[in-house]
Amino acid sequence: MGEEEGLHQTQLLDTMFVRGLKRKCFDGEEDIEGTLAGIKAIPSYNLQRQSLLDMSLVKLQLCHMLVEPNLCRSVLIANTVRQIQEEMTQDGTWQMINTQSTGQASLDRLVSTDILCRSSREQAEGKHVPGYTTYNKDFEGDQAQDSSETMSTASSVQVPRNLQSNVWEMENPQENKGNFQKSLDQIFETLENKSPNSVEDLFSEVDNSYYDLDTMLTGMMSNSKMGHCDGLETFSSPTATASNSNCKSDLNELDHIVEILVES
Amino acid sequence: MEEDVETRKISSSFLRDHSYATEADIISTVEFNHTGELLATGDKGGRVVIFQREQESKNQPHRRGEYNVYSTFQSHEPEFDYLKSLEIEEKINKIRWLPQQNAAYFLLSTNDKTVKLWKVSERDKRPEGYNLKDEDGRLRDPSMITMLRVPVLRPMDLMVEATPRRVFANAHTYHINSISVNSDYETYMSADDLRINLWNFEITNQSFNIVDIKPANMEELTEVITAAEFHPHHCNTFVYSSSKGTIRLCDMRTSALCDRHAKFFEEPEDPSNRSFFSEIISSISDVKFSHSGRYIMTRDYLTVKVWDLNMENRPIETYQVHDYLRSKLCSLYENDCIFDKFECVWNGSDSVIMTGSYNNFFRMFDRNTKRDVTLEASRENSKPRAILKPRKVCVGGKRRKDEISVDSLDFSKKILHTAWHPSENIIAVAATNNLYIFQDKVN
Repeated sequence: MGEEEGLHQTQLLDTMFVRGLKRKCFDGEEDIEGTLAGIKAIPSYNLQRQSLLDMSLVKLQLCHMLVEPNLCRSVLIANTVRQIQEEMTQDGTWQMINTQSTGQASLDRLVSTDILCRSSREQAEGKHVPGYTTYNKDFEGDQAQDSSETMSTASSVQVPRNLQSNVWEMENPQENKGNFQKSLDQIFETLENKSPNSVEDLFSEVDNSYYDLDTMLTGMMSNSKMGHCDGLETFSSPTATASNSNCKSDLNELDHIVEILVES
Repeated sequence: MEEDVETRKISSSFLRDHSYATEADIISTVEFNHTGELLATGDKGGRVVIFQREQESKNQPHRRGEYNVYSTFQSHEPEFDYLKSLEIEEKINKIRWLPQQNAAYFLLSTNDKTVKLWKVSERDKRPEGYNLKDEDGRLRDPSMITMLRVPVLRPMDLMVEATPRRVFANAHTYHINSISVNSDYETYMSADDLRINLWNFEITNQSFNIVDIKPANMEELTEVITAAEFHPHHCNTFVYSSSKGTIRLCDMRTSALCDRHAKFFEEPEDPSNRSFFSEIISSISDVKFSHSGRYIMTRDYLTVKVWDLNMENRPIETYQVHDYLRSKLCSLYENDCIFDKFECVWNGSDSVIMTGSYNNFFRMFDRNTKRDVTLEASRENSKPRAILKPRKVCVGGKRRKDEISVDSLDFSKKILHTAWHPSENIIAVAATNNLYIFQDKVN
């Protein structure tokens, strides 16, 4: 069962998110004997929090791909993300990541609930959404920064990170990440300007890898309706699934794009 | 029921449950009618199955009335919203019965977008001897008709037919989570994530919006409506719960749009229990008035709370359903179980409350004796007519013989929907695609 596996994987994380102990950097070690091995086995509070943030963002991404996102769930996840980001801002850890990548003010980086809650359809109707593209940069920044730390942390923390990197990785991980972001940027710029671009213009700018990723993900979600754990685990074989993926989801995405233009 | 909880005299009598396990058969709602004679279930495939209680016969006094299938019909079909390119699920979210006013039964059933009023009626006679058509329904040649006759009603095998009498559509942008029939029996409300609409049963092309919490800027959305219900006696009063763990009581007499509440129920947060999951587990998944109308019961992820309508600042009773999950919240967040919406029910006398849990467990709490019991709805662990054995989840290190450890719980077997007969100790428990009915042991 995917759900049972999920339980075991994050068991170590669970011990850290026990009630009342927000600042568990050192408190957690009281539970273990206090050996050096024990200290190494418990991920630091910041890493746990980061892991939770990543997990939440992935959940929201997946709910974008679903046909009709459950609004209550999206709102709750978005509020959790906000909470983490606010705490990280107060901590100063958010600032650190900030200055490394773009140097914008920290409040701008808070992902707006709007983006996180609306379906991709409604997003297209909406206003300019700065938070979304910067979120992507954050995600990649975190990935690069923490990749070295990933090796030394406990396996239970590593697993969710690997799942997330699989989401974005295909044959050429770096290339495709950049292409995906570029395509999204272009789409949103088009919406912003509200210039009557023709459909062909839009399609010519968008990289094909965007559709591949999207097809793969929507193909995932329509194939397996089990927990997200299951959905994420099947990402390990992208090529096989891409070939099986639903043509209908391809068309749906194209329909979305066309509808965006018709409205603007 | 107090006695039963103490001495655990709860027997089980199984009805004929579904023997296959396709996704469409997952039961999504269970509801007794006002007399308890009928029990309706809705499933993920859009079907409604109604069970009727057998009349108690003098020949077999030990067999208290069992529930048998009375009627089955397809209430909702899958739809496609072409404007948004979105599928609309046919899953029945809620069924609510209307009180019986004539020989026919009426119920409301709803999916995410559309509410329908169904009439369920019996037919045990049919007319015979039409002039213009013969018994097969074929038209007769008018030139062959030489005499007129009066059709007569002849008895036939009992047929139960369900017909849709009203369809209330196109009033909800978001997903409908609750419907509630008003005590005036003329109106009802339907609630989605952000709005609540008031309908008149006779009018399908318009409804009044009575609550709207949609912010002008969707970026500011942080709270949604999770459940709503009318007061059982006061037709002007209703409550709705939110994803932030609050309940608002509104009076429709104050204004047309009840955005301003008359009462606001919220328990202050316990700072020692605060975590990143605090808000998610405080989200209320169900709210129910007591039969007396004096109390409301709310269900959040880990607890059931009883509130007195006259006291807004905290509940009068709090019951822990499965507190052992508190240390597992991160895992439950990852596998999405933390978003499961459990329902809760009162018994007829408001003395016992019941709610579901995982591993096909369900819990009952006696408000007077403060005792509670955990029972299991599963075929393997109980035989028909056998008394249910109480279950226990062990949290510590040492596991006793019959206990089950937290890590062995099956989180795919969740009991979200239960119902309690309005006057007797008969309960209906939906475990995925199986329906269990349990009754008190007689003497």
